[in-house]
Amino acid sequence: MNAPNKSGWKPEMQVAEDGFLGGPVTSTGNRGLMLEEPLLFEIGRKDVTGVDLPEVDPAAPTRLGGLAREEAIGLVGLTEPETVRHYTRLSRQNYGIDLGFFPLGSCTMKHNPRLNEKMARLPGFADIHPLQPVGTVQGALEVINELAHWLITLTGMHGVAMSPKAGAHGELCGMLCIRAALEARGDKRDVVLVPESAHGTNPATAAFAGFRVEDIPATPEGRVDVAALRARLGPDVAAVMITNPNTCGLFEKDFREMADAVHAAGGFVYCDGANFNAIVGKVRPGDLGVDAMHINLHKTFSTPHGGGGPGSGPVVLSEALAPFGPMPFTARTADGVVHLVEEESAAEFGHTQAFGRMTAFHGQMGMFTRALTYILSHGADGLKQVAEDAVLNANYILRNMEDILHAPFAASGPCMHEALFGDKDFTNGLSTLDVAKGLIDEGYHPMTVYFPLVVHGAMLVEPTETESKAAIDQFITAFRGVVERALEGDEALKQAPYYSPRRRLDETGAARKPKLAYEG
Amino acid sequence: MRYLPLTDTDRQAMLAKIGASDIDDLFIDVPEVARLDGPIQGLPMHASEMAVERHMKKLAAKNLVAGEVPFFLGAGAYRHHVPASVDTIIQRGEFLTAYTPYQPEIAQGTLQMLFEFQTQVARFYGCAVANASLYDGSTACWEAVAMATRVTKRKRAVLSGALHPHYAQVVKTMAHFTGDEIADALPAITPDPELSGLIGRIDEETACVVVQYPDILGRIADLTPIAEAAHAKGALLVVVNTEPVALGAIKSPGEMGADIVVGEGQSLGVGLQFGGPYLGLFAVRDPKHVRQMPGRLCGETTDAEGKRGFVLTLSTREQHIRREKATSNICTNSGLCALAFTVHMTLLGETGLRQLAAENHRLACLAADRLAKVPGVEVLNNGFFNEFTLMLGGKPAREIIRDLADRGVLGGVSLGRLYPGVEALEHALLVAVTETTTEEDIERLATELEAAIKETV
Repeated sequence: MNAPNKSGWKPEMQVAEDGFLGGPVTSTGNRGLMLEEPLLFEIGRKDVTGVDLPEVDPAAPTRLGGLAREEAIGLVGLTEPETVRHYTRLSRQNYGIDLGFFPLGSCTMKHNPRLNEKMARLPGFADIHPLQPVGTVQGALEVINELAHWLITLTGMHGVAMSPKAGAHGELCGMLCIRAALEARGDKRDVVLVPESAHGTNPATAAFAGFRVEDIPATPEGRVDVAALRARLGPDVAAVMITNPNTCGLFEKDFREMADAVHAAGGFVYCDGANFNAIVGKVRPGDLGVDAMHINLHKTFSTPHGGGGPGSGPVVLSEALAPFGPMPFTARTADGVVHLVEEESAAEFGHTQAFGRMTAFHGQMGMFTRALTYILSHGADGLKQVAEDAVLNANYILRNMEDILHAPFAASGPCMHEALFGDKDFTNGLSTLDVAKGLIDEGYHPMTVYFPLVVHGAMLVEPTETESKAAIDQFITAFRGVVERALEGDEALKQAPYYSPRRRLDETGAARKPKLAYEG
Repeated sequence: MRYLPLTDTDRQAMLAKIGASDIDDLFIDVPEVARLDGPIQGLPMHASEMAVERHMKKLAAKNLVAGEVPFFLGAGAYRHHVPASVDTIIQRGEFLTAYTPYQPEIAQGTLQMLFEFQTQVARFYGCAVANASLYDGSTACWEAVAMATRVTKRKRAVLSGALHPHYAQVVKTMAHFTGDEIADALPAITPDPELSGLIGRIDEETACVVVQYPDILGRIADLTPIAEAAHAKGALLVVVNTEPVALGAIKSPGEMGADIVVGEGQSLGVGLQFGGPYLGLFAVRDPKHVRQMPGRLCGETTDAEGKRGFVLTLSTREQHIRREKATSNICTNSGLCALAFTVHMTLLGETGLRQLAAENHRLACLAADRLAKVPGVEVLNNGFFNEFTLMLGGKPAREIIRDLADRGVLGGVSLGRLYPGVEALEHALLVAVTETTTEEDIERLATELEAAIKETV
């Protein structure tokens, strides 16, 4: 926040170097609806609270084992009106899908239907405890079971582990199933092959699961180099992790061939399903030889991204891996009862090879209700339309940009749900970052930048299916405008953004001397 | 389809621009044998808002809602009153529909909130630095063990027998694959936590000792001797807390020498939600350990005009930069749950948190006294915060829990469910009491419990 000017303040006009009159400097630092907001710890008070609870009786007997907390905790409070205003003002410094186009590649920032929110808040789902007797939570278990059925059917797989908490947790689940399957057959192979274009979570997950990670190169067309993959396969290769559609926005057309080769060599095929939105209802990964694939419910199935989660990452499994899926999970018996299969009942349900447990309870129930609501709203026909419109929108952007912006794989054919560009032709030292910041001034959330690593200065644009043609046309106009400035070497772009709540932030300084909590 | 803005006219015009005659021209890279012709068979077609709502409500109605009956479940998930304004704020589209703040200039709302969250968590845990959240308490517990093995370069973790068994399961599951060694145990059924045995298990190979506080049986122990014993052997003390409200009444783990404090944040702002999404909290006492922490961290900086602002920082620890050498594979965390927690904590403040904790404890004391009067029932604990263990004099707790549910009372968590196959715990019942519990609820539980015990052989 700016320090307020001293009293007796008179407006002072800001004049830029080019003589442009920027409007008056304000005493508050606010600029109309662009409102500054102090930190909670600068406005809260130790003796203020926004809830009405009984006063603490210092004479009341306690049974705290002599460990009563005597020192001040260091927290501050606000009343309800102050709290609501504080966080509402902060919210206005954020960009979200509700405000505009958010083409963050690989993140599938689609509209979050509000019916999902309403359903997740039904007390029958929101106000039940994970350890209630299962007879009192049959409806919740049915939700999990019904969603599991949809996920299995949409992917053509054999089973699904519902408990993973997010995409990377799902990846871990899938890779642990592979480890367990290898152990069960006494196989010591420990190398996982990961393409250079993979999400960073893939190699991190494989390493976390105890594997050694090796890269496989990409072809100039932006796909996995099948020959290089074949050449590397052998008795030490446990699995490959392939993203399909891949992070260059292309379908791995030789996926089946690769999967067959991996299987023939005794390995497993993990598919990163982050980009499932492009193919849902169009092709089933199970038909391509996948052994395990996580599905980000917060991407394909519209549960909100929430400023960084919570996500949800169920993992669909092939017949070979399903027996190793973690506990707990649901199973419906002929009498219509849905059971929660945990450590105790695993044997009864013939699930004795489960690799263990990934989380305390049963997974992201709040996300399951939202995802199921979304799936039921769309149905089999609507989901297919989702993939088609998402792919159509991305190709439309690709073909409207490729004449001025380097599109390294445009000649490879159609893209899937996202279009990939590079910074090859920018001049005067302008970069992808400058274009991203220029788009902020135009009122857009930028695309994913500098990922995938296989393209220099990558810009990955994922429009999703929930944008109108008018919205996309307007984005194309704005994007072309910013790109043209980068091609011409417009120096002013290096200072962008100009119109956001903050100008460029000093990230190097933040890392050099980390300040990670309020002091004072 | 109400969520798809393109019209058929739009689609035709766009295909023409692309130079495709048909949408399937865009899917030519999908092998023809695998391409589906029409909608997948055997699944329903799209449905109206009304129809979907009807279906979901029917499923919701099959569940017994915690708020509609006397309710006493805990064991890692607690039912607290969440102020109405919490949900209003987390439903603001600018928070709900944003993502990880990769573009800080237009994500200051999320970033400043995370900075406030990190400060609140660090302070109430008695630590220097907290991260921007993990998935839940159990995964945070494993991340703490993994971090301790990195810091100490040792591979053995000693778990207290009174650590939540599901947390212990998660740790053991992961350690099996990473090659770390986990020494676990069953809880000793004693009125106070058994510390000497735990201390005796720490040696020069130990990376960390993991202790829950209050523990799975609701007991509270001074952790200072464990911290001293661990530090003397070069090991770290990891403290797990599953009920943050307790820390409004009892000493913080940091004060007692914990090196890493992790826990479940669900009690504040998040609600029960049948187990998820929840909120993993993670903090370290010594700032020198920051670079070994997992997950996102938000830090303060300045912008080009010199104004204060916030960014994600120290990302060289993370998977998108370090790939296979990252401290964790986590990407998406629990951002919106962290917001709910922070708003609730802001409404409480120091004063409200202390009052809330005191009210929980007062009601729990009332309940313990009343339930101790039920024939055949004994309260195990000497000390507790808002949760304690009842010994049912040889009666099977699981049957009694089901019987109580039939009588319209959700009476607690049977320890037999948490520790299947452990005979001694089949007769133990974990009872949690919060500010949402009324004195009538307590009386009802006592009455029904007495009846259920009488009828159970």
